Amino acid sequence: MNRFAELLDRLAYEPRRNAKLRLMTAYFRETPDPERGFALAALTGALSFANAKPGVIRALIAERTDPVLFALSYDYVGDLSETVALMWPGPPPAGRPDPSPQREGSRGLASRGHNHPPAPTLTEVIEALTATLKPDLPHLIAGWLDGLDETGRWALLKLITGGLRVGVSARLAKTAVAELGGLDPDAIEEVWHGLEAPYEPLFAWVEGRGEKPEGASAVPFRPPMLAHALEEMDVAKLDPADFSAEWKWDGIRIQAVAGSRQGQREGRRQVRLYTRTGEDISGGFPDLIEAILLDPAFDGAIDGELLIMRDGLVQSFNVLQQRLNRKSVTPKLMAEYPAHIRAYDLLAQAGEDLRVLPFRGRRERLEAFVTGLATSRIDLSPLVPAASWEALTAARADPASAGGGADAAAIEGLMLKRHDSTYVPGRPKGPWFKWKRDPHTVDAVLMYAQRGHGKRSSLYSDFTFGVWRGPEGEEELVPVGKAYFGFTDEELSQLDRFVRQSTINRFGPVREVVHGRDSGLVLEVAFEGLQSSPRHKSGIAMRFPRISRIRWDKPPREADRIEFLEALLRGRN
Amino acid sequence: MAAERLILSRTMRPTDLLTLTPAGLYCPPGDFYIDPLRPVPRALITHGHSDHARPGHGAVLATTETLAIMAVRCGEGFCGTRQAAVLGEPMRLGDVTVTFYPAGHVLGSAQILIEAGGCRIVNSGDYKREPDPTCTPFEPIACDVFITEATFGLPVFRHPPARDEVARLLDSVALFPERSHLVGAYSLGKAQRLAALLRAAGHDAPLYIHGAMERLMALYETLGVPLGDIRKVPTGKEAARTSFAGSIILCPPSATQEIWSRRFADPVTAFASGWMRVRARARQRGVELPLVVSDHADWEDLCTTVCETGASEIWVTHGEADALVHWCTNRGLTAKPLHLIGYSDDEEAAAADGVAAAAESEAPAENKPS
Repeated sequence: MNRFAELLDRLAYEPRRNAKLRLMTAYFRETPDPERGFALAALTGALSFANAKPGVIRALIAERTDPVLFALSYDYVGDLSETVALMWPGPPPAGRPDPSPQREGSRGLASRGHNHPPAPTLTEVIEALTATLKPDLPHLIAGWLDGLDETGRWALLKLITGGLRVGVSARLAKTAVAELGGLDPDAIEEVWHGLEAPYEPLFAWVEGRGEKPEGASAVPFRPPMLAHALEEMDVAKLDPADFSAEWKWDGIRIQAVAGSRQGQREGRRQVRLYTRTGEDISGGFPDLIEAILLDPAFDGAIDGELLIMRDGLVQSFNVLQQRLNRKSVTPKLMAEYPAHIRAYDLLAQAGEDLRVLPFRGRRERLEAFVTGLATSRIDLSPLVPAASWEALTAARADPASAGGGADAAAIEGLMLKRHDSTYVPGRPKGPWFKWKRDPHTVDAVLMYAQRGHGKRSSLYSDFTFGVWRGPEGEEELVPVGKAYFGFTDEELSQLDRFVRQSTINRFGPVREVVHGRDSGLVLEVAFEGLQSSPRHKSGIAMRFPRISRIRWDKPPREADRIEFLEALLRGRN
Repeated sequence: MAAERLILSRTMRPTDLLTLTPAGLYCPPGDFYIDPLRPVPRALITHGHSDHARPGHGAVLATTETLAIMAVRCGEGFCGTRQAAVLGEPMRLGDVTVTFYPAGHVLGSAQILIEAGGCRIVNSGDYKREPDPTCTPFEPIACDVFITEATFGLPVFRHPPARDEVARLLDSVALFPERSHLVGAYSLGKAQRLAALLRAAGHDAPLYIHGAMERLMALYETLGVPLGDIRKVPTGKEAARTSFAGSIILCPPSATQEIWSRRFADPVTAFASGWMRVRARARQRGVELPLVVSDHADWEDLCTTVCETGASEIWVTHGEADALVHWCTNRGLTAKPLHLIGYSDDEEAAAADGVAAAAESEAPAENKPS
């Protein structure tokens, strides 16, 4: 547990992706089974405990500390797990009297003249948290807390209360495992679903000591193939005749998989819905899962876009968001936001891996597959005529004119896929291109800047910008977004200089810069879309904002007004 | 006359011996201030940190080391006349006796005992109980009134042994040998303590320091605290030629986020401070390797020290006074916060250090905090 706690502690403070990877790979290399496997489960979010909840922790600390001192401390630290971890009475240090009143009382007897138990291993902790009944938990947890140091207690409490929040995605943790054996992380993804903590066969395979743990799942996740953005110079080099074109829908990319284990009867069919990172989101979409489960023609894996369809019309991404990030959903929500899959590709069918086929061949199989389905929740993403660059340019600029029809507002752009492209996990250069519609832009005024992290820790690189609001003569700037990329290194150093020279106020790490009608800096901000957000003062949140140009030439009074964005928001919805 | 004085003494209350004025704690029968916040005719100084040791007093009484530190920080003319106090030797000042005792905070730091008419008050200045190779350890002094700081006066503050934190720093250096380690540390005390602890841990490589630390580092050496091979971070072309890979660089805390730090390629940013116990504090500052090393007493040591002095009355000068006052009151002691504004916690001291750093360094004008 202490080694795992140390790892979490380092990860929590480490902003660099590669350094996080190294920390995890070193841990996996040095830590034996099954300990490292449970750590992997914790890092990938594969654990949850039914009985261990924050209430248990609150009760334990209340028995051991003065309420006034606890309240003052909690107020200062601001995080329950951390406060408890720091305040938990430890053994009195040798040679020091024991001055803390909280040690006097029932627990004082236990701590004095009593050997503290050794720190538990992560394996012991996870197995016990899974197996222990509610009434026995407080005693168990208290025993562990006695045996751990501050960092160990913090890690244990984070584990119990859920959400490690150390800035590690499941994908990154799997990448660290892959690096143990010099493998591609997609190789881990392929076998991941179907494996369980502590993943001993996985580690054995990665370290070259065992067979690839294949066939463990009837419904495996297959890492998706991704596209590069189409660059201006690509256009001249590429021949449209080599490509199929289709719409890029503004939903979330998913993979729907259904199948049954060999030897199992048809009734034991399993269905899974995965995100493009391999996260299993089946629990949030019982409507889709049931539709697929009851459709025996669906035996395989579809790569597609998750959308909300109402009366045959694709809804905007903002509408889809109501269904995302939910562990469970109500019937009402499902009725109001019916989930739908628009199919792009067929990766497997009836146990046959189709990824080795060229796109054209897979497309034929996909069309037949979707046509054969009984459910109306899955349809085919249509192809777009790709006769010439002129035709494609026109389709991209105005999808409605090229068959996008009533769904044109939900189209993000075009996808171009070589007819002969096999389905290769990752982002190979050449076979697939995405050609997004031009982003929206707004001229906004720089209001606040914050220092970045890691390599950018000495630079002001996170910029909050606003647009004008209010009646003429009394207008004021209201923040509408924050951007931290889009500029070159040279532009960043110019921005940094501007911030340092134009600071009018400081709030901790944040600087407020000059932003009046006649003085200040206008930034042209590009973004992909807007959504209404009651949490923001402006009522608007931007998707994917980045700084596209610095308008040193433009006076702030000529920046855009909020009405411009509000009109755009109404138009999109 | 002598009889009159005796009668006066017998009725002396602690507040007659030491009273709070806008300039700080004042002793009327001795006619002196302790660590005054503004220039006064006569000042007793506990230690050299800038919030306690300010320039411009008429006469200053402090330990030899503290006087030397003040001369380095504020210039030779930092006061009218100066007198060195010898630890453990009582001195008569007006109607009171004062004695300096070691406080273990930084080199030269002292507690000041004031005695008159059977009443003993100890002003501890800032102090710590953990061993520190760069200064004389704290001694608990029996007294009636104990004046304490409470910088880390909450039970969440428990400092781990400093050598363990230094071991974590060295582990990180071993894990990232191609990166430099930029360690924020206060220029007076913390930087030298870290250097000494690194040497004790067997780290013999040159330690690089920010220009703002150069004179204090040299002063410690002069005063008999060996710190090994200390080098100022080179500037200009020489800096471009120097590889800091695998090196440890000590600098004032604010410098880790200033333009000065850009000369190091991809450094690991560390900060040695008691505040690093709280994660949010470390994250706010962009610290990747927080080192919990403090020159102040932690909660346990504050409580222990209060008990060991045997004092029945506790005055808390600054810091998280509420919790310590509550704890003392629960134990049946009389306790009150003095709310001395001007004695800072570490963070404000850091800001002050940062100003000094910018002024002393070769940094471009735009670097100077506005």
